[in-house]
Amino acid sequence: MSDKTLNDRRLTWIKTGVFLLALLPSIKLAIGACTEGLGANPIEKITRVTGYWTLTLLLITLAATPLRLLFGWYWPVRIRRMLGLFAFFYGSLHFLTYLVLDQFFDWAAIAADIVKRPYITVGFPSFMLMIPLALTSTDRMVKRLGGKHWRWLHRLIYPIAIGGVVHYAWLVKKDLTNPLAFGALLVLLFGIRLLYRFRSYRKHKRKSSGLPCQTKNVTYR
Amino acid sequence: MRTYNTPPIPASEITPKALFLARRKFMQTLGSGALGALMPAALWAGEKLADVKKSAYTVPEELTPYKAVTGYNNFYEFGTGKEDPAANAGSLKTRPWTVAVEGEVHKPAVFDIDQILKMASLEERIYRMRCVEAWSMVVPWVGFSLAELIKRVEPTGNAKFVEFISLHDPEQMPGQRSSVLNWPYKEGLRMDEAMHPLTLLTVGLYGEVLPNQNGAPVRIVVPWKYGYKSAKSIVKIRFLETQPVSSWTEANPSEYGFYSNVNPEADNFRWSQAKERRIGDFFKRPTLLFNGYADEVAPLYAGMDLKKYY
Repeated sequence: MSDKTLNDRRLTWIKTGVFLLALLPSIKLAIGACTEGLGANPIEKITRVTGYWTLTLLLITLAATPLRLLFGWYWPVRIRRMLGLFAFFYGSLHFLTYLVLDQFFDWAAIAADIVKRPYITVGFPSFMLMIPLALTSTDRMVKRLGGKHWRWLHRLIYPIAIGGVVHYAWLVKKDLTNPLAFGALLVLLFGIRLLYRFRSYRKHKRKSSGLPCQTKNVTYR
Repeated sequence: MRTYNTPPIPASEITPKALFLARRKFMQTLGSGALGALMPAALWAGEKLADVKKSAYTVPEELTPYKAVTGYNNFYEFGTGKEDPAANAGSLKTRPWTVAVEGEVHKPAVFDIDQILKMASLEERIYRMRCVEAWSMVVPWVGFSLAELIKRVEPTGNAKFVEFISLHDPEQMPGQRSSVLNWPYKEGLRMDEAMHPLTLLTVGLYGEVLPNQNGAPVRIVVPWKYGYKSAKSIVKIRFLETQPVSSWTEANPSEYGFYSNVNPEADNFRWSQAKERRIGDFFKRPTLLFNGYADEVAPLYAGMDLKKYY
């Protein structure tokens, strides 16, 4: 798809399609909950599914920039805000499932978990860090913060995604297949960014012929 | 005076006609002669076990539904998901099946599964089952005390431990194609634990032949320990002088010790063990020391530091 010429109508179609697709797992969970279709341990199932989609959507959000760098696609960047908000949506469901269904507001047990269970020690702040990103996702907030500050703040998605993968890896008892797959994808996405950053750095160096390089105006998010 | 007695047959014991006819058809298609003779008295998963006595070992708690007991469990030989065993265990062949008993015994033996089924009278025992992942069930198992089998092989004075070895056959157990654990699955007990009357050599649940996904045709159930201590689909029992290394201990020695007694005070890296969710419940319940069997088994560990010997 030559999306440099992507018109608004096509983008609307893509947006609607992705919106419905991203909503689907939560609809399936809701139907399962109403029809006793979540198996013998529904709370565990809901926790797993919402956690899986939080991480998946975080990685998809992080794929927008690499897709632009590699293929010159701009449409993923244009739906990135929605993807990030869906990651937050599933993250919130995941967190609320833990808080309400799993622990039922047992604050002492929750505090003990945060201190003593390493996967929660890293998972809890990872979710908390998503909150400021969701709150500053509007156009108005971008303007208010200014592009530079806003971009700086939204780089929090890197530690959030790393935290999410570590959270998953520390949770599983033995079978690390899925956490490692998420981890490998994350490394790939970071690797593409770093590669392009390095290349642009060299280009700049050549252009500016020995002068201190100026990469600060170039943003590769 | 009545000259005969009609034995009281409950309606539930009478085979429905359709099933009865289907069985006949099945036997006929097998061919009346040779093939039929090869499989005379084999019991298959789901079939009712005869002459099962109710045991005094029971708990005053609601049974976990059959569907959950047979549809949600860990049995890594068939995959690491808890719905994998039910989905994949169909490939397990439970006949012919033998259990070799060897090591520090005066009478080593290879028992056929049908011998084991007749070794002692079968009892239904309702036990709590506590998984290390902080969920639990209440299961009506069928079997007899492992001690019955142990007595028959006459352990020597050197026998201090018993090791259970599960089937290793990636053809039948697709989960073994992955090296998630070091196959075959191995578990062990101290001799006094193995001889304890609660330790059940298990061949059934809910009055039926053990379903494949629950460890058919024969498994151990040790109700005061975390679920992974109860080895499934056993093919070998070895009596040893030194403590064997269990599969989970081998995989992660700091998290899964040899004893693995249910203990709400001793947390695991991943799970607080203070509470558990009974499958089917919304609220968690406190976990009991030795899974509620402290009266029976606490003396086995008198003077031992349970946090050190986890």
